[in-house]
Amino acid sequence: MRQNLDVIAAYAIMLGLIILVGFLQSWSLALSILCFCLISAVMTMGANIQWGYAGLINFGIMGYTALGGLAAVLVSVPPVKEAWQVGGLNMILCAFLIALMVFSIRLIIKKYNKSNKRNYGIALVIIVGLILLRLISGPAIESIEAVNPATTGFLGGMGLPILFSWIVGAFFAGGLAYVVGKIALGLRADYLAIATLLISEIVIAIIKHEDWLSRGVKNVIGLKRPVPYEIDLQTKEWFINLVAKFNQGTLNLITDTLAREQMLKQMVIEGSTVFVKLCFAGLFSIVVIILLIITQKALYSPWGRMMRAIRDNEEAANAMGKNVVKQHLLIFILGSAIVGIAGAMMVTYDGLFTPGSYRPMRYTFLIWVMVIVGGSGNNFGAVLGGFAVWFLWIEAAPIALFLINLFTSGLEETNTLRVHLIESIPYFRYLMMGIGLLLIMRYRPKGILPEKIKHV
Amino acid sequence: MDFINSIVLLLNYIFVPALSYGSQLALGAIFVSLIYGILRFAYFTAGDLMSFGTMFTILFTWYFQSLGMSLGVLPTALIAIPFGIIVTIFYVLVKDKLVFSYYRFKKSPPVMLAMVSIGTMFVTQAIVRIIIGPFDRRFFDGEKFILKASEFKEMTGLNEGLTIKSTQVITLLVTIVVVSILFWFLNKTKTGKSMRAYSDNEDLALLSGIDPKKVVMITWVIAAILATIGGTLYGLDKSFKPFTYFNNMLPIFAAAIVGGIGNPFGAFLGGYVIAFSEILVTYAYRKFFIYLLPESIEPDSLLQLLSTDYKFAVSFSILVVVLLFRPSGIFKGKIL
Repeated sequence: MRQNLDVIAAYAIMLGLIILVGFLQSWSLALSILCFCLISAVMTMGANIQWGYAGLINFGIMGYTALGGLAAVLVSVPPVKEAWQVGGLNMILCAFLIALMVFSIRLIIKKYNKSNKRNYGIALVIIVGLILLRLISGPAIESIEAVNPATTGFLGGMGLPILFSWIVGAFFAGGLAYVVGKIALGLRADYLAIATLLISEIVIAIIKHEDWLSRGVKNVIGLKRPVPYEIDLQTKEWFINLVAKFNQGTLNLITDTLAREQMLKQMVIEGSTVFVKLCFAGLFSIVVIILLIITQKALYSPWGRMMRAIRDNEEAANAMGKNVVKQHLLIFILGSAIVGIAGAMMVTYDGLFTPGSYRPMRYTFLIWVMVIVGGSGNNFGAVLGGFAVWFLWIEAAPIALFLINLFTSGLEETNTLRVHLIESIPYFRYLMMGIGLLLIMRYRPKGILPEKIKHV
Repeated sequence: MDFINSIVLLLNYIFVPALSYGSQLALGAIFVSLIYGILRFAYFTAGDLMSFGTMFTILFTWYFQSLGMSLGVLPTALIAIPFGIIVTIFYVLVKDKLVFSYYRFKKSPPVMLAMVSIGTMFVTQAIVRIIIGPFDRRFFDGEKFILKASEFKEMTGLNEGLTIKSTQVITLLVTIVVVSILFWFLNKTKTGKSMRAYSDNEDLALLSGIDPKKVVMITWVIAAILATIGGTLYGLDKSFKPFTYFNNMLPIFAAAIVGGIGNPFGAFLGGYVIAFSEILVTYAYRKFFIYLLPESIEPDSLLQLLSTDYKFAVSFSILVVVLLFRPSGIFKGKIL
């Protein structure tokens, strides 16, 4: 208890801040901040496993998040039968072709020694494969995208409940991480950072432009929800009663029946959004808590100690008979899979999938700020970082407005400088993030909640 | 005739644009490579430093334009570049003093410095957006074309036109001048040699009496100069938008690594490798083959290897391939 006092205090402050937003701004805003804090927390846990446990830099978080989002689309959207009829067969054939290419390349790598001949062979397989893919998929893609392009124009998904996508998203991201890890994990730290950053850009480019798969920049909207819709809630008897019960005090003050009805209606509308967000927050908290328990257990297990050994001294760990390459790959996949869960959660919460919105600033670098600010190597720190940084990211605008008004209070309302500054408020969040990161790295390089190593 | 037409077509749509885009990337890649070689970390602020320098060049351009100054057929921005450079040099030196020097003295691992450069990336991005806003801006003035397609057709009597924009020529000329001066400086002067020595072997360089502070300072100065010039040329050729500049960081890194990071000359060539492959792979060759092949076997499809949407993806794939087969880059950089 005593030694965890800092953790408890930090979390209490964070929760207090969110509740303060509820009182000062609105409960709906506070809850959506909380939901996104929880999603960010999942992402930071994934990044923390890679960076904090194993010292691997993964700047491709954006790619895994987007894959998780794609999983949400592919799982929950009902299949578009017409599209499957016109082009489904060809696309399945393409999938087989890709698998065939991969296997033949693996075969070549296994059979032949490293030589120019081998490289030419691989190149030949890739080129022939690409041309065949193009020939098979070209007409199919065209006809799929022609199917009712305003609403579908893609193959659709499986039509399953969207909650499954959280698991599927993890598998998608893990699968990509396996490929990336096989290719890039042998690289030095900063090469790895750049390579993963660039690979994530490729993933986004594919999701953005392969309309038959994800509708691309046309976005997928109206995804199913795991929680009730506001409109349905507003007509349910039990919900209206619940709201009435909650606000009994206020309602009793109004004597006029008509005004009371009106008031109640308003409250039900507000209450329904809050209720929906509460449901989401509950679901997300379950995920966060499960992951926290698992990662905590893992960190203090023999496996966690081995990872720490590998991180701190790769050669020594290798000499002790630990398979460094295999463990690195494993942890790369695990961390990415967790990020994939977060990606699916985010799309579930938003109810829409917008490939155009995935940008490295928001989905890669911000997550890294969270991990470093929170405390790498410490799961509670990473989660706290997710909370604190996301909170600041959202609340930066009001804070900046307050500060600008404070410092320019001597100037007139119409002063050009003041007006210009107030217009550029949205960009102060970047300034705050940057300065925050620099300060933390300088004066508290281990983060707000530093890593704790239990010596046995 | 058809043969010449097809060549002109390629010149117009591939060679000329790729050459100017490649020059702009090369300038960026050189300074990323220099910073990597001498300060020994991946400088993630690269794209934003370019947008910072360009922003001040634009501000000075506006100021000069308001004074009524102009270079006639040349863009006014050319007079503004030196002033933009001075501000940028001041900015990077202050940044080094406040931020990077601390980690250098502590001998932090390169990863730490790369992380720190992400912090400065956020800050630089914020400064640019707060001062000039996130919008697309064009600041080109003067004569737009040196050679118009219609003029070329009249001159030669060919079917295909060749357009040469003045910005493309300016880009190429400025790049040649700047890069020649830079390589002369690195190879012939004493300071340049000491920089290369420092990059090769830090301890040995220190033993032989090279002042690390001076080397670091000059590296930053060169970085600021190259960033401002490269950014301004890109902005003149296309347009200035902070977000695009941030994204340009990726092909710049690709160019630096492909060329062998830490090796400025490799980075210079890497810029062209990336630019040419991006444009070569995403160009639709249909018209080209229509000129060359007899009518009976003319292609109906676009003959495009990849759609233009995958422009970025091409350079990254090249990078991945290079990293796999030749981690030290095509032109043998250092593997630190």
